[in-house]
Formats: sequence, structure tokens, C-alpha cells
Amino acid sequence: MTADDAAPEYLLRLGDNCLILGHRLSEWVGHAPVLEEDLGLANVALDLLGQAQHWLGLAAEIEGEGRDADWFAFRRDAGDFRNALLVEQPNGDFSHTMARQLYFDLWHVLLLVNLQNSMHAGIAGIAAKAHKEARYHLERSGDWVIRLGDGTEESHRRMQEAINELWNFTGELFESDAVDEVLAADGVAADAGRIESSWRKQLGDILAEATLDLPQENWMRHGGRRGIHSEHLGFLLAEMQFLQRAYPDARW
Amino acid sequence: MPTELSSQPTTNQIWAWLVAVPDPEIPVISVVELGIVRDLQWLADACEGEPELLVAITPTYSGCPATDVIAGDIEQALRARGIQRLRLENRLTPPWTTDWITASGRRKLRDYGIVPPAERAAASARSAGSNRLPPVIECPRCGSTATVKISEFGSTPCKAQYRCGDCLEPFDYFKCL
Repeated sequence: MTADDAAPEYLLRLGDNCLILGHRLSEWVGHAPVLEEDLGLANVALDLLGQAQHWLGLAAEIEGEGRDADWFAFRRDAGDFRNALLVEQPNGDFSHTMARQLYFDLWHVLLLVNLQNSMHAGIAGIAAKAHKEARYHLERSGDWVIRLGDGTEESHRRMQEAINELWNFTGELFESDAVDEVLAADGVAADAGRIESSWRKQLGDILAEATLDLPQENWMRHGGRRGIHSEHLGFLLAEMQFLQRAYPDARW
Repeated sequence: MPTELSSQPTTNQIWAWLVAVPDPEIPVISVVELGIVRDLQWLADACEGEPELLVAITPTYSGCPATDVIAGDIEQALRARGIQRLRLENRLTPPWTTDWITASGRRKLRDYGIVPPAERAAASARSAGSNRLPPVIECPRCGSTATVKISEFGSTPCKAQYRCGDCLEPFDYFKCL
């Protein structure tokens, strides 16, 4: 595989993670426990959608087949999505949403720090911008996990359950395949495997402060990066893509 | 009808015009004071042998929904001044920072009830994840420093919500980016 073949695939993975998680978070709008959270979740979703637009737009530009970010978002079926399984998991209760967010944000910040030094100017530029936003996302999800974990008996129990239930989806974030390797060798992409130890260390610190246990299980689920998704993605796309499927090329 | 220009306006003149274009989300400050207009240049012979004005703008946040509106407002304002040949360019690099908000912009934000960023961006980045104390945010209404953060996000991604412990009023803080 050449770097030219690998780059669009790599960018779809970055963009799809942001797009699908952004959509999931937007499902909370109008349903969050308090108004401040409604706004907070919507704003994180908005940042992620903006980042998705940049990544998918760059994928389209590099690919050069006349497609654009909207095409990638609305015209692909589940098997063509390249997001990790973690981000398509349902919101569950607030503790599940925050556990998923903390796992993602920690990874995201570490990855973006690396990508700011990418040899590809377009990737470095998007990463530098996204990194500033992801820092605030992490501060927020970390605070919530600590507050709920070190909260009441009920909030502690539910936060620990969410941390445990989503744990098996974290391994996929650090997987490397030919796409990652060829781009990492050229200094274009970050080697995801190399950020895993920092991720574990920082997660361990946050969970300790939250009086929560770091799960010890080693078995991990994977497949999203290759287009093999859980059943949840299809339902999400059915809602997200409805308008463009029913009225192709409709414009606002 | 826009007036026909007898001569090409200087970029200084155009900067002055753009100071009158308000940010659509926070209309008390202009797109220039917010630091989102990055560059103005006359490109000689760019448009059928005629000079063309290049206006480079940058979004505050990746997902800022006002970006298109801002571009449209700038274009409209300049066309109304008689500039017919212009091109808007969206720039991501270097990424926007609150350090680019001008002194007059900061003053207007405060007068409007939005507390401007308390730190420089570099200092804020260093404090992330460290045990350094967060900056003191003063209540824009009564000046009290006994304020608490309610949420990292407010009515737009660029703001956080705070509440004053003395006068009890909630207020927006334009957070450091």
C-alpha cells in the first residue's frame, strides 16, 4: 500500500470517529438532565461535527474523485464507515455517555498532539485547531467521571458499571494496520500504539481520583475500523441520513 | 446601488470598513476585533487583468456555525462599498486564539456582560491537566471574585457559564483558546 492510497482511508477513520460521536452526543439535545448539560453536550457535538467536516473534506480533496464531506457523511452505508466501535455505542444513561467520552477524549487529545507535527500540512492544521477544542472536552468528561465516581453510592455504582461495560471497546483505538504503518513511516500519521501507555496512565489517575477501579480484562472488541460494525450504527445512520436518502441533493 | 469607486481603496481603509461588521453571535464586537479577519491583500491582475481583493478569515471553533454568515456579511459590506472583485479564503492555520481579540474588543465584551479571557493561550495550555489554580474570574456585574464555574460550555462553544457567589447572577466567560 502506498501513502497516497492510505491517506484517504486514514482521514475517513478520523472523520468518522468525530462524525458518529458528534451525532450520538446530539441525541441528548432536549433530553439532558439539566439545561447546562444540554448546552454542554450540544457544544461538544458541534466541535466534533466541525472537525469531521474538516477531516472528511480533506479526505475528499486528497482522493480527488469529486466527492465532498457531505457525500461521505450522507451517502455511505454502514459497511463503508471507518469509526471505532466505541463511538457508535448508544448513549445509555449519563454515566455511560461520560465513560465513552472520557475514553475517547483522552485518546483524542493524545492523538491530536501527535498529529500537530504531521508532515502533511493539511493534517497538522486541522489537528492543531481540533486539539484546542478537545482539551476542553477532556476537562469536562474527566470532571464528570470524578464527580459521579466520587459521588453518592448510586452514582458511584453506575459510573463503575459504565466504565466496565465500555472497556472492551477501548482496545480498538490503539490498533495499527497497514494504513497506519505506511503513514506513520512517512511522518504523516501518528502511531496509535505508542500513545496507549500515556492513555492508560492518565486514565488510571482520573479513575483513582474518582474512587473507581480500572478494568483489568484484556479481551477487546474490534472491527469498526474495517467497516465491521455493531448493530447500533445502522439505526444511527437511518436517522442521520434520512433526509439525503429520501431527497438526494436537497439543499436548505 | 453601490457607489462606483474612482480609485482602489487602501487595505487600511478596508480594515476600517470591516471594523463596522459585527460578529453575528456577539454583535457588540466586530469581526476585526474578534480577530477572525486574518489578512487583506490586493492581488494584482488576479481577475481578468484587474486587481482582486483577497480577504482571509479563520473560524473561531471548527464547528462554528456562524462562519458562513460571517463570510457573507463581509462580502456584502465590501460590495456595498463598491468593491466588486473580491475573494474570501478560509484559513485554518495558524488556529484562531483568544489572544487575537483586540483591546477594544475585550473592553466591549466586558461592557456587554461577557468576561473576556483571563489568561494568554499559552498559559492556559500549560495549566490543562496540571494542578495549577485556574484564573480568577471577576463578576462583570459586581466585581466579586467569589465566582464558580457552572459549565465548561455556554450558549456558544467559546463561552463557559459562571455564577457570582455574591450577587448570585449567572454570567458568560469567554474562555481562553
